[in-house]
Amino acid sequence: MTTYQDIPLTGYRRENGRVGIRNHVLILSVDDISNAAVEGVSNLIRGTVALPHPYGRLQFGADLELTFNTLIGTGKNPNVAAVVVIGIEPKWTDYIVKAIAETGKPVAGFSIERYGDLKTIEMASRKAKEFVQFATELQRVPVKWEEIWVSTKCGESDTTSGLASNPTVGRVFERLEKSGNTMIFGETTEVTGAEDKIMEQSATPAVAAQFKAAFDNYQELVESQGVSLLGTQPTEGNIRGGLSTIEEKALGNVEKMGRCTVASFLEPAEEPKGPGLHFMDSSSAAAEMVTLCCAAGAVLHLFTTGQGNIIGNKIEPVIKLSANPITVDTMSEHIDVDISGMLRFDFNLDGAADRTMEMMAHTINGRLTNAETLHHDEFVITKLYRSA
Amino acid sequence: MKKGILLHEATDDVGVAVMDLKAGEEIGVATLEGVAVKQIKLVSDVPLGHKVAMSDLAQDKHIIEYGRAIGYAAAKIAAGEHVHIHNIKSLRWAASTAQVLSK
Repeated sequence: MTTYQDIPLTGYRRENGRVGIRNHVLILSVDDISNAAVEGVSNLIRGTVALPHPYGRLQFGADLELTFNTLIGTGKNPNVAAVVVIGIEPKWTDYIVKAIAETGKPVAGFSIERYGDLKTIEMASRKAKEFVQFATELQRVPVKWEEIWVSTKCGESDTTSGLASNPTVGRVFERLEKSGNTMIFGETTEVTGAEDKIMEQSATPAVAAQFKAAFDNYQELVESQGVSLLGTQPTEGNIRGGLSTIEEKALGNVEKMGRCTVASFLEPAEEPKGPGLHFMDSSSAAAEMVTLCCAAGAVLHLFTTGQGNIIGNKIEPVIKLSANPITVDTMSEHIDVDISGMLRFDFNLDGAADRTMEMMAHTINGRLTNAETLHHDEFVITKLYRSA
Repeated sequence: MKKGILLHEATDDVGVAVMDLKAGEEIGVATLEGVAVKQIKLVSDVPLGHKVAMSDLAQDKHIIEYGRAIGYAAAKIAAGEHVHIHNIKSLRWAASTAQVLSK
């Protein structure tokens, strides 16, 4: 029988040594008002990917920093071969360009003031055309499992998530940890009731303390808004599905970490500094979380769903797993790995992990995920507070 | 022997029904690794995704799933009984949704 281990992996080795599994030429907006120019370029030049977004003006402090880090991290992601950056004025545009250029990949910036949209689009399009021809000459080369940075998140969870699909990701991560991979999980807002487990599995007391501080910070934010979480978790839908307490729901969520050690705590969009599983402070909103994982450098995402979350990402392919037979049947165009067989005792946890890693291997080698084929190109910047 | 309950850890107090189970049925219990652990006679109907007690559980006992406490027994629970918001409560918060709703 062919297993995932028999499938040779290929990818794009970037100038800084990191490995990508896609070869995008990115047209990146610095700010909301540059979206028209960005889309103008991507409409003109075949093989480019536009990343418009609604922010980037009059932000300040940590909120501005996170927007910048998200844009820069997305540009630096190894799934991107080259980047054209367009902003309204040169200062912020150059800041983004310089940071992406640290990877050694081709990057060029254009600012619209003093030129207008049409001249900017012409200049940026000529550069984008050059970048596409550069990127299309790059060849896939043999790569190793441990060179693939993987992230995970769950959404529209139900009891099948905690029972089968989340433990499946946990088993995949245990294997990847052994081979020296870099992995990211998070969802600070959804681990209430399982925070002790994350702290116990932390590599050092310092990592546990950093996680706890972010966790407490979130709890305080909720309280400061005059909101009580009392009575909101588990949700009525969760209860109908069989979840009884918030601890049970959270423990099902963190099954995705398996028995891995939490190597470090990451700020949102922060790049891991070494191998192992890293906890990233992040929202539990699917598109925000995957966007942050992509900005942190993950090239492949494992997303588990019970009732059928349909999230995708433009740069980081999202593989969707479900063990809910109804979801797998009624939303088949969204589910890449059907592990409902685990609930019929057709295969066990290792069998589910094998199936997942086989799909990961095909995806690494270029097979488009369901979300990619369906244009699920969500790119959502996490906003910390309102702009000036 | 019909298999119909999965256990996260072999020592858990509760397993999860992977199909709708009926009172009176003898059901096989296996771990996620596929190891058969025991069989248990259902004393109540348990829907897919809901929990079943693996042994008699005393009132106030911490209920273990995933190898960890997910709450405590608010009443005495018999082996094979449906375990849910009517007989277990969160240890974290004084009231869960269900308790608020039932008021």
